[in-house]
Amino acid sequence: MPTVSVGRDRLFEALGRTYTDEEFDELCFKFGIELDDITTEKAIQRKEKHLDEEGTEDDGETIYKIEVPANRYDLLCLEGLAQALRIFNGLDPIPTYKVANIGKESMLEMHVKTETSKIRPYVVCAVLRGVTFDEAKYNSFIDLQDRLHQNICRRRTLVAIGTHDLDTIEGPFTYEALPPAEINFVPLKQTRNFRADELMEFYKSDLKLKKFLHIIENSPVYPVIYDCKRTVLSLPPIINGAHSAISLKTKNVFIECTATDLTKANIVLNTMVTMFSVYCERKFEVEPVKVTYSDGKSFVYPDLSIYNMNVPLSYITGIIGVQLPEEKVASLLHKMQLRAEKSLSEDKKVKFVVFVPPTRSDVLHPCDVAEDVAIAYGYNEIPKRKPASLKPLPLSQFSDLIRTEIAMAGYTEVLTWILCTKKEISSMLNREEDSSAAIIADSRTSEFEVVRSTLMPGLLRTVGHNKDHSKPIKIFEVGDVVFLDATNDVGAVNRRHLAALYCGATSGFELIHGLLDKIMEATGANFVSPGNSSGYYIEKSEEPALLQGRQASVIYAGKRIGTFGIVHPKVLKEFDIPDPCSFLELDMQTFL
Amino acid sequence: MAEEAILAYLEKEEEISNSENFAQQFGFSHEEILNVIRRLHGFKFVEAKDIRRERWVLTEEGETYAAVGSPEFQLFSAVPPEGIIALEELQKKLDPAVYKIGWQQALKNKWVQMKTDVPMKDVQPADDKVKDLLLRIQNNEVYCFEDIDALKRRKLIIQQVWKGNSVRKGPKYAPIRKRAATNLTRENLQRGDWKELEFKEYNFSAKGQPFEGGHLHPLLKACQTAILLQVRRQVQTIFLNMGFEEMPTNNYVESSFWNFDALFQPQQHPARDSHDTFFLKVPSTTKMLPEDYVERVKEIHESGGYQSRGYGYDWKREEANKNLLRTHTTAVSSRMLFALAQKPFAPKKYYSIDRVFRNEAVDRTHLAEFHQIEGLICDRGLTLGDLIGVLHDFFSRLGMSKLRFKPAYNPYTEPSMEIFSYHEGFKKWVEVGNSGMFRPEMLLPMGLPEDVRVIAWGLSLERPTMILYGIDNIRDLFGSKVDLSLIKRNPICRLGL
Repeated sequence: MPTVSVGRDRLFEALGRTYTDEEFDELCFKFGIELDDITTEKAIQRKEKHLDEEGTEDDGETIYKIEVPANRYDLLCLEGLAQALRIFNGLDPIPTYKVANIGKESMLEMHVKTETSKIRPYVVCAVLRGVTFDEAKYNSFIDLQDRLHQNICRRRTLVAIGTHDLDTIEGPFTYEALPPAEINFVPLKQTRNFRADELMEFYKSDLKLKKFLHIIENSPVYPVIYDCKRTVLSLPPIINGAHSAISLKTKNVFIECTATDLTKANIVLNTMVTMFSVYCERKFEVEPVKVTYSDGKSFVYPDLSIYNMNVPLSYITGIIGVQLPEEKVASLLHKMQLRAEKSLSEDKKVKFVVFVPPTRSDVLHPCDVAEDVAIAYGYNEIPKRKPASLKPLPLSQFSDLIRTEIAMAGYTEVLTWILCTKKEISSMLNREEDSSAAIIADSRTSEFEVVRSTLMPGLLRTVGHNKDHSKPIKIFEVGDVVFLDATNDVGAVNRRHLAALYCGATSGFELIHGLLDKIMEATGANFVSPGNSSGYYIEKSEEPALLQGRQASVIYAGKRIGTFGIVHPKVLKEFDIPDPCSFLELDMQTFL
Repeated sequence: MAEEAILAYLEKEEEISNSENFAQQFGFSHEEILNVIRRLHGFKFVEAKDIRRERWVLTEEGETYAAVGSPEFQLFSAVPPEGIIALEELQKKLDPAVYKIGWQQALKNKWVQMKTDVPMKDVQPADDKVKDLLLRIQNNEVYCFEDIDALKRRKLIIQQVWKGNSVRKGPKYAPIRKRAATNLTRENLQRGDWKELEFKEYNFSAKGQPFEGGHLHPLLKACQTAILLQVRRQVQTIFLNMGFEEMPTNNYVESSFWNFDALFQPQQHPARDSHDTFFLKVPSTTKMLPEDYVERVKEIHESGGYQSRGYGYDWKREEANKNLLRTHTTAVSSRMLFALAQKPFAPKKYYSIDRVFRNEAVDRTHLAEFHQIEGLICDRGLTLGDLIGVLHDFFSRLGMSKLRFKPAYNPYTEPSMEIFSYHEGFKKWVEVGNSGMFRPEMLLPMGLPEDVRVIAWGLSLERPTMILYGIDNIRDLFGSKVDLSLIKRNPICRLGL
């Protein structure tokens, strides 16, 4: 979930009242956001610099860190939060966003060149006119771009936003894709000219920007936006030009979003313009831009149209489980920024036409509308009902019985990781590489490379970490291992295994053998002579992880279901175990 | 020592004819030599033949007489050379037992006789024949039957069977025997001589050592893993008591399709990043998916349907085919619900408790593997009221009866509710789980009837365990680094009792 930091005092000013921290926390809880942390600007800086100093009285403005739902891009800035909470509290009407009605001839234009399809095919644009920034508003504007980039834009891969001082540039604009060597400009925060390929090299040492370079680095052409005088607006998704940079004095803002995903580009543009049109001379009004593609097709952005969704009253009340009158539902929806108009469906049942504004891209289905009604009504006001019943699976039930049996024999149950290193299931067990194991592609931790194909490393690791524990150590684990299996849809299957280990001054080989008998007895299997498939017997085995001559396979119903024996001294050494151990591992699924 | 001596002797000599003589000759006890011979015979290094001899040995009494002389001789010697002594005088000179036996025997031997009331020597001089005989028997010298008989009757000697061996080389004879081991010991590891060990052939036809058992003590003085296991069992019991049926969760490897796409989780969702999910190199892709259902899922993601607007992006089959380690057991729920939709509808209550995986660095509060508890009810006309009701029922059985719910976002549930429980110890609300109704975009493409709703909730097994038992390091709960001796006197899991 994304976290938004906002100045408490500025937020309360926007909300038109102050709250205690507890009161505000309560409001957040009801609305479905979370007051994650209360801190100060200076405390955040100290944390970034890893300083341990105590905070002082004048630590500056109190900051609220608020966690918002991942699909509510409209709550990623103070403006949006304040607006949503004000409407939730019944203070404001739902804003109506308008696209300024200007003539085709005065509309700004963006021309898209064919080559862009090779790297970043879409662009959407809009203009905010007559904006008044102050420092706080300006910072909020920049922060919102950052948060959108981090979240819906997937670190600029899907969408990248560029904002410009319109008064420094001149349309029509062109969106092109050119070889890097042909692009030359002064980037933001720099004073000299860079060729695009040099610039990429230059940013490799830039902590913030270097993580975006991969998006275009290997492309023969880089996306670039020019104005009619060939001034570079931006080199998306990396950097804007210095020339058109916005400042506190900027009055008219040109916004462009380049993208590989048009739906998300529209959401991002709409979020930017709806949130900041509140500061425009004509509040909630946005000036459109015409985007023309090389095939002649053209589109006007932003698309601030309302989506009309038909939602029956019975559907809403059916989900919530509370009978609500239609007026009540409409007023609850209003609190959530959804205007609803009552109408009758063909079968004379009450339904609503819900007008979903461009800020609410999260509303996809009537179920989202129903949720908003439930939130506005209050989750904790919904009376509980008891829904109008069976058995555990044989595998778990059987596992539990066997676990109890082994625990009664004085063995302690352990639970170890399912993931381990390749070595732990091969060389450390004195075995060849295991070609039947599932392998992880890129793990964050070097400890996790494969899915275990045996329970052995987990138990040995446990003993290795408990060298000083008094002897004997008697432990066991019942858990799943994974093998490749081409006959299964995903290409791999789980098998339920059981493993037990004895570690003492002597290996306890006979004890482990005795445990096997006990387990087999518990499953109802008889000890039979070799070759007889009506029960189980053991025969000499050659498992490299175990000591030769002191190991055996367990044959049950004619199938080899496991082995036991003294752990090979080489293996003990690998796991740093100074004492002899005996080990048993069985496939339990055979018994079912 | 003894073994080497025997083997070395046999290297040069044909036979050890008498084990006892051999023992004496080389300074071992006969018993030790016999043990070694028996062992060597067992390994077929030597062939031993039993020698059995009956012989007479002295009793304790006999041994005394052999040392100090027979009582009759002692009595005889006590009579002064003049031949006459007062009876009282003589009695005083001797031990009463010696006097008593000695007098009788001396009389019998006619060494003394009573003249009036004074004993006197009869014959002179006398030889202590009894002592001589006893000494000869002690030395295994030859003796005649009459002598033996008299000593036997006087209980001075007793017959004994002597056993010894004669030894020759056996079929596996070697001058030095590598000892066949029966077990591996700590000493073997320390000395490193395990490399040389040869094992005695194991008896594969025998059963193992029977053991004593019947204690549940590992659970009573439980380490924290045991607590976790108890809570798991308790949660399972709670579900069963509530009439839930277990879902088969024994499939760690899952396709992105069932883990994400089927749940209406868009392909660009951050959770589908390799930063958060373990994707697999082997097996990297899934081979079989229900094709017509895949088509409907693609449709709902791309352009919507069933009254949904969809996400409006190009859905890629390759993404759906990517294999991963399931990030939640909801992947199993999606398979179960799909299977349910293929049959005439019947309401179901399902649960599962099993391992899930996240590509996270492990620290005090994060694990790359943990256990997820999941419950779901699938029926016609379910409401949020039902969900709240069932959550109260479930959590109060876990000992958490004060609950409240916060609106939340989850890609596959709508409405979604985070579950908070009031912690009396911390005096605050703590998050204990997530819940919601599965989205129609998930259920309808599966083919479930339109009025069927699914209410579901999930939580980790670790979190409530930590909250209930005040454990603050999640790594203490399980894994190989758990300290086995971290034995705390924790009470038995009494959740819901």
